[in-house]
Amino acid sequence: MSSSTTERKLVVDRRGHFLPLSPSEVGSAGKTGSWRTERPVLSPEKCTSCYLCWLYCPDDVITMEPRGPEGNEIPVIDYEYCKGCGICVDVCPVNALSMISEEEPIEIQR
Amino acid sequence: MANSIPKPQWQVTGQLIPMRGNDAVAYAVKLARVEFVAAYPITPQTIIVEKIDEMISHGELEADMMHVESEHSALAATYGAAIGGVRAFTATSSHGLAYMYEVLWWVAGSRIPVVMAIVARAIGPPWNIHVEHSDVMVTRETGWLVSVAENNQEALDLTILMFRVTEDPRVYLPGIIGLDGFILSHTVEPVDVPPQEVIDEFLPPRRQPYVFEPGRLVAMGNLMPDEIFEEHRIDMHYSLASASRVIKEAGREYAKLTGRDYSNLTECYRCSDADYLIAGTGSWMGDAKIAVDLLREKGLKFGALRLRWIRPFPWDEVREVGLNKKLVVILDRSISFGYAGQLFIELSSALEAKPSIVGVPAGIGGLDISYSDIAYIGEEAVRLLEEKGRIYIPVLWYHLGGFKSLPPSRQIETTRRAQFLSIDIESIGEDENR
Repeated sequence: MSSSTTERKLVVDRRGHFLPLSPSEVGSAGKTGSWRTERPVLSPEKCTSCYLCWLYCPDDVITMEPRGPEGNEIPVIDYEYCKGCGICVDVCPVNALSMISEEEPIEIQR
Repeated sequence: MANSIPKPQWQVTGQLIPMRGNDAVAYAVKLARVEFVAAYPITPQTIIVEKIDEMISHGELEADMMHVESEHSALAATYGAAIGGVRAFTATSSHGLAYMYEVLWWVAGSRIPVVMAIVARAIGPPWNIHVEHSDVMVTRETGWLVSVAENNQEALDLTILMFRVTEDPRVYLPGIIGLDGFILSHTVEPVDVPPQEVIDEFLPPRRQPYVFEPGRLVAMGNLMPDEIFEEHRIDMHYSLASASRVIKEAGREYAKLTGRDYSNLTECYRCSDADYLIAGTGSWMGDAKIAVDLLREKGLKFGALRLRWIRPFPWDEVREVGLNKKLVVILDRSISFGYAGQLFIELSSALEAKPSIVGVPAGIGGLDISYSDIAYIGEEAVRLLEEKGRIYIPVLWYHLGGFKSLPPSRQIETTRRAQFLSIDIESIGEDENR
């Protein structure tokens, strides 16, 4: 894997035993965004702010922010760590999210 | 009749109670003040947790007993309780151990002290509930400490020692006590149960590298970069290999308190002036000691080397005793199919194959091996040595009074002890009344 490995924090006890623990924080398993072949992309006008994608995201990379067309909360995806599993797309009841190939040019929501 | 119990050779410090090997483990669990036990029944282990359950229900032991739906869950639950900070115990055998194999790695890799008894039994099919060491031997690679008891007293003592050693900050790894199915597990012997205050003095309160508790955010078993993974494994090996020192220390202290000496990882019987050795582990090494006496009466200077610990491997002790011998006969109650018995593989590498070595798998599936069988095996090995000058035979399988010379080495001629019942394979399935 890439250079991201050196950023990781080691957990070692007082005797110097290496423990299989990591601090519970963003990126404790490295920059997993590089694993993606497809990325979930939102059509903000379709979003009903139901929070299902936020609830189901297994990697906790979705935050809900008031950036919708009517100031409503919409999912903002952290592409540094999103692995592209597609669960958010699968659970979206109004098809506001869709998977786009990483070979397509990027047009990330601002 | 209490006075019919034979006088033990060791010092009695507490109460001398006739008990099965499984009961001895349960008494040790009680003395160690274990707070959590999870288990799933399997012969011949079941009595251990039944006895613990009985102790809990009689108010003799303050512990939680969790009945789970499988062995995978039994060890997982024990592991969870141990991470939570309590002294935890489980027990299993054979297929049960095979089913929890994945969790063995989780516990060891997490550096969490847990103690488990394995009542050694064959793994099927064909179905067999009797003793052999196949189940104990598959744990060698998992990062657990592995010890094997010779008798019921040792089953009790090793269980107590195991709590002390696994919870030592220099070790912080889980540990296994193996005891032979039925031969120890279901056989009554007098066992000295030390007073509670003696064990309280010997066993400090539980220590472990970390505790999971509510409110503390930590990620466990996460993906690690390969170079950190390897560092982790290097440390596991270092801690396990150097646990020998901790075992010796604890063994010496246990000897001071009980008079029973566990300061060595091996036990040697008439080794020092011996020309030949019989090496092995488990209950049959008691018979090997009688065999040594018989062989010495015939003028063959044998000694018996018993491995009380398999992991850490008693490298120094084995080499000190074995390197200058003419012949080492290695008894294995298990086989690594396609090569040889596990103890043959381990001991012959530690001895650099300097002595002549014969690997003898025997007693598989609980086939009875008496001291006279072992004496015969020793005699035959010396005969082969004298005939050929030097021998190095991985598999000379002892089966029903004769030897089967099997690959990987070339076939050799052996004698047969006596005629035993043997079935002509052609006759299987024929109707005798036809």
